[in-house]
Amino acid sequence: MTFVKGLRCRECGRPYPAEALHACEWCFGPLEVVYDYEAVASVMSKEYIAAGPSTLWRYAPLLPADAEGAIDLGAGFTPLIRADRLAAELGLSELWIKNDGLQPTGSFKDRVVSVALTVASKLGSKVAACASTGNLANSVAAHAAWAGMKSVVFVPADVEPAKLTATSVYGGTLVAVQGGYDDVNRLCAEIVGEHPDWAVVNVNMRAYYSEGSKTLAFEVAEQLGWKAPDHVVVPIGSGSQLTKIHKGFEELGKVGLVDSPVEVRVSGAQPAGCAPVANAFSEGSDRIRPVRPATVAKSLAIGDPADGVYAVDVVRKTGGSIAAVTDEEIVEAIGLLARTEGIFTETAGGVTIGTLVKLAAEGVIRADERVVCYVTGTGLKTVDALSSLRPTVTIPPTLEAFNQAVEVE
Amino acid sequence: MSVVVRIPTQLRSLTGGASEAKVDGATVGEALSALEKLHPGVGERLFDEGGQLRRFVNVFVAEEDVRFLDGLATPLSDGQTLSIVPAVAGG
Repeated sequence: MTFVKGLRCRECGRPYPAEALHACEWCFGPLEVVYDYEAVASVMSKEYIAAGPSTLWRYAPLLPADAEGAIDLGAGFTPLIRADRLAAELGLSELWIKNDGLQPTGSFKDRVVSVALTVASKLGSKVAACASTGNLANSVAAHAAWAGMKSVVFVPADVEPAKLTATSVYGGTLVAVQGGYDDVNRLCAEIVGEHPDWAVVNVNMRAYYSEGSKTLAFEVAEQLGWKAPDHVVVPIGSGSQLTKIHKGFEELGKVGLVDSPVEVRVSGAQPAGCAPVANAFSEGSDRIRPVRPATVAKSLAIGDPADGVYAVDVVRKTGGSIAAVTDEEIVEAIGLLARTEGIFTETAGGVTIGTLVKLAAEGVIRADERVVCYVTGTGLKTVDALSSLRPTVTIPPTLEAFNQAVEVE
Repeated sequence: MSVVVRIPTQLRSLTGGASEAKVDGATVGEALSALEKLHPGVGERLFDEGGQLRRFVNVFVAEEDVRFLDGLATPLSDGQTLSIVPAVAGG
């Protein structure tokens, strides 16, 4: 059984049944899953969770599907690494990196896909689909293969080559669309109208899909000994992940797993070449002006972010900030994280670390805070961004050549 | 100008299930007003009390978001397609 009471529109509050619906029929606002928190609290103890699987399904009572029969490639429960060397460089005292590059397909998208396709299969969908900047397509194709579902995934034609390969290999249909992500998104929103029986994970399954990101908060709290951090830094593409991480911490307070009220400051990270949410934040606006993306961080290249307004709300309400970092700063930050902590992240992680650097320097992130930075994908899929990196030296296979060329202290 | 408006599933209960409608209008705003005359009730779904498009309603003219054009004042040419698409997707 689940603890889902139904869906509700975030804009106007109208209730809906827990079906494959994502937008309010009245005002087009996003629908959100509503739980019976009292009932969740009565079963979801720390012991209950500790006895669960080492995947995100250990938190099933706060997810929209049962763990039993879940489409589960093992997403979740990635390492939370104490980052003392990086903290020292930035003048922080306690910094942690949540490394979601270590998911089954190399990004946090495995969390949302596992949840969305589990709900979809229970609703009877046979086709898994998505509008993706690459990582999501990898994950949908992989989970569909595991579950024996058909997959039809849509990406902009110019995504990183590794992300195309890491989708095609699973044998589903990969549609490369001539356009940017926002074009892909609009196309998929229209396709859902023609194929209502498809599970387009981030369109008609989006209410369920986005709930998977809450597990990024649940795990961090559990890994910190059931304590919420003081400040988190989260990348912003559509804004859904940031919004749901905040919701995740709040829910832990509601069901008594962490001290209430939960006071986590939430800061957001955007690439300067696609910063509509950072712009709205700095302009004090509650509307998002769409932009045409031009950034090396293709997984965050969403010019018209669906949850942008809610991300801005969360950041303002919690006393966080949103920074935008340039392509150069992104590449520099990828190197900084790798050199100091041994973690190789994709360009989106460079955006997050670049923002951490910036907000620490500005004093927005304070030295006395316990900080968690969400690194959401592996660097191996975006090596093209680092094409200037080469071997230190190239030598013939002789000791003499080595001794001449390399000096190791 | 005669244009075709693509209707999202959320509004099809007001259009008798039709996924398209043909209306006249020289601008996006005029075409959407004409749509309201043809299918009463559509207007209050699309616009807030201030007469602005609701923040989760996206409108495209020939595949281009009208916020990159002139918004509701965006001129239309004969035979163009106007799509109403919920903004709640993606990411």
